[in-house]
Amino acid sequence: MYDYVHGKADWLAAGLPTDGTNAQRPNARDVARTDVPTCRLDEQLGAVRARVREAGWDACVVVNEERVVFGLLRERELNASHDDDEPIEHVMRPGPSTFRPNVAIEEMAAFMTEHDLVSSPITSSDGRLIGLLRRDDAVRVALEAHGHGHHEDEER
Amino acid sequence: MPRELLDRTEVQDLIERGVQLVEVLGPEEYEEDHLPGAINIPLRRIETQAKERLDPTRPVLVYCWDSA
Repeated sequence: MYDYVHGKADWLAAGLPTDGTNAQRPNARDVARTDVPTCRLDEQLGAVRARVREAGWDACVVVNEERVVFGLLRERELNASHDDDEPIEHVMRPGPSTFRPNVAIEEMAAFMTEHDLVSSPITSSDGRLIGLLRRDDAVRVALEAHGHGHHEDEER
Repeated sequence: MPRELLDRTEVQDLIERGVQLVEVLGPEEYEEDHLPGAINIPLRRIETQAKERLDPTRPVLVYCWDSA
């Protein structure tokens, strides 16, 4: 006999698969973009900026070698008038709010709208990056899910 | 006494090896989310249902919400 001490909360926060009714509803992990560019604290802004733009992005997540999130470069930080050789550590937004992958997308959309968050890192409970959730994506999927629910109700 | 598992990779290994997973929370919480393949035996029914529903020849892993 074994006892999984940290239980279901730990499993959900790690973004691991589950069964049940919530598994059918979109959550932060489903919508977060996993192809978001990442960079390290000691990289230089100029090189990172070029890489991010080349990838067609306007954001970059600052992580360590274990993909633990340290900061975020949003459009504002990327476009700031710093020298190209400025280390990322000096220009990033440190310690951004991160969210667990199992949070319902409707909840994420409402929170990001209310707090004016353009994008939010989605991390496991130990802080490792899963992806970047963009508010536009969260709102779109939340509205689609809501619209779909109404449609089903009308059909009943 | 059950052996305590703190590391979820150990839990994943046991699941791959066919452990019987038992969620001991109530049925509503179980319906919303449970680990893949888990069955639900609420804690207050464990005495009566464990013998009926579990294979005594295979290991069992129980879990609730968290460590609190």
